[in-house]
Amino acid sequence: MDVWTLISFGPEGWGDDIAYGVLVTVSLALATLPLGLFIGFMVALAKKSDDRTLRFAGDIYTTIFRGLPELLTLFLVFYGAQIGIQQAVRLFDPGASIEVNSFVAGMVALGAVFSSYASEVFLSAFRAIPKGQYEGGYSIGLSKSQTMRLIVLPQLIRIALPGLSNLWLILLKDTALVSVIGLADILRQSSIAARVTKDAFLFFGLACLIYLALAIISSIGIGAIERSVGKADMQR
Amino acid sequence: MSLADSKSDAIEPPPPAARGWPRERIVGTALLGLWALLGLGIVLFLIRSWDPELFAKYAPFYLSGLGVTVALVVVSCVIGAVLSIPIAYARMSRHPLLYGLAYGYVYFFRGTPLLAQTFLIYYGFGSFRPQLEAIGLWSFFREAWYCAILAFSLNTAAYQAEILRGAIESVPKGQWEGATSLGMGKLQTLYKVILPQALIVALRPYGNEIILMIKGSAIVAIITVYDLMGETRRAYSRTFDFQTYIWAALIYLSLVETLRHAIEWIERRITRHLKR
Repeated sequence: MDVWTLISFGPEGWGDDIAYGVLVTVSLALATLPLGLFIGFMVALAKKSDDRTLRFAGDIYTTIFRGLPELLTLFLVFYGAQIGIQQAVRLFDPGASIEVNSFVAGMVALGAVFSSYASEVFLSAFRAIPKGQYEGGYSIGLSKSQTMRLIVLPQLIRIALPGLSNLWLILLKDTALVSVIGLADILRQSSIAARVTKDAFLFFGLACLIYLALAIISSIGIGAIERSVGKADMQR
Repeated sequence: MSLADSKSDAIEPPPPAARGWPRERIVGTALLGLWALLGLGIVLFLIRSWDPELFAKYAPFYLSGLGVTVALVVVSCVIGAVLSIPIAYARMSRHPLLYGLAYGYVYFFRGTPLLAQTFLIYYGFGSFRPQLEAIGLWSFFREAWYCAILAFSLNTAAYQAEILRGAIESVPKGQWEGATSLGMGKLQTLYKVILPQALIVALRPYGNEIILMIKGSAIVAIITVYDLMGETRRAYSRTFDFQTYIWAALIYLSLVETLRHAIEWIERRITRHLKR
């Protein structure tokens, strides 16, 4: 069979399977992003706190998830959660067997890794905002949360954006790891296609090109966001 | 306006440190308690499932796995460092073809997952077995270990080229001009003036790259190289004992933390002359 039949969308080709893989990869990355951003922001808040205990708790989080290989984190979450939940369920129903959803496991593991890096990005952005911004907010009678939301956050996002977009590109690449725990993402679908058709170079090359295309699309999107944020800055 | 001239002179004392139990301290203590509980749980789990037989059987495997991981990272980082020099040079050149090639190389290896690159080299080159056999390279591409080294070297070369380029470009142009006005040649300027300043900038990114390589090297376990992760997976698949993964996590964590502290120490040491 020639190349175009192999990657076509028909019954002979693998195009539709790989398109499904693209869908899975993109939705996993998009689902992880808000989770990682939220946890990362919370950890950054903890790490910039005046209180020693809170700072220390935040540092432990970053140290663990920045130091572990992503693949190991994924296995720890996938098998660890499986064993943990199974033992909890067996207390009530001894015969039960639990399968952890690999999508959720991937989301949790990648979210943990993403958030530990994101917390560092947010932290350095927090440090770039002068103290006078907070004091100005308080002096016109805004509450602590209002100051954070109306004054600090808009500036914070602008400063943190380059770092965060870098992390997004890393996240997109890290999603390839979930193919190992059986989620049908781009890489897994191309592995299956490669095994069946024996055209490994074609399909893995195609997978690389798809990841590259996703990265290019993301860069265009990020550029648009940065421009619109920059425009808001100019209008002030 | 004479708005409170006297007041602005008077320096306000800093607010007194919070006493008692403000909300932040309560939350912080609770979170620390959670971490302590988790740590205690892991220690208890390791003690309860302590099995001297298992340890005696698998500890040597873990040690050899650690050796494989370190060897993989060291070898590919060194090869990558050598490869990165011409790539960084091409990336900074004004020749459109050289620049375009280097740009494409860096973009490809930084834009695609390392796992996909490794698969492309290990499984993908298998498609060309007759051709590779004809030129005598098949024995190289047959071995997962060599493929892993090749993939990792090419990957880290792209990242290291960008680090090198960024560091060299971070040195102000006046340094080049100053050296030229002293009659120094280009290569001499690079060695004696530019690189010493650039390497201070590059140290931290280089350190991060090595750490990323250590973490990334875990994926070679998937193409049947028995590094630390591979040995862990093998031990787990034979025993179904979760402590195998915990031991791997502890080893990786201490490896990475040691390296991070070593890099910080080196950085403090080589920037002593910049401190005031």
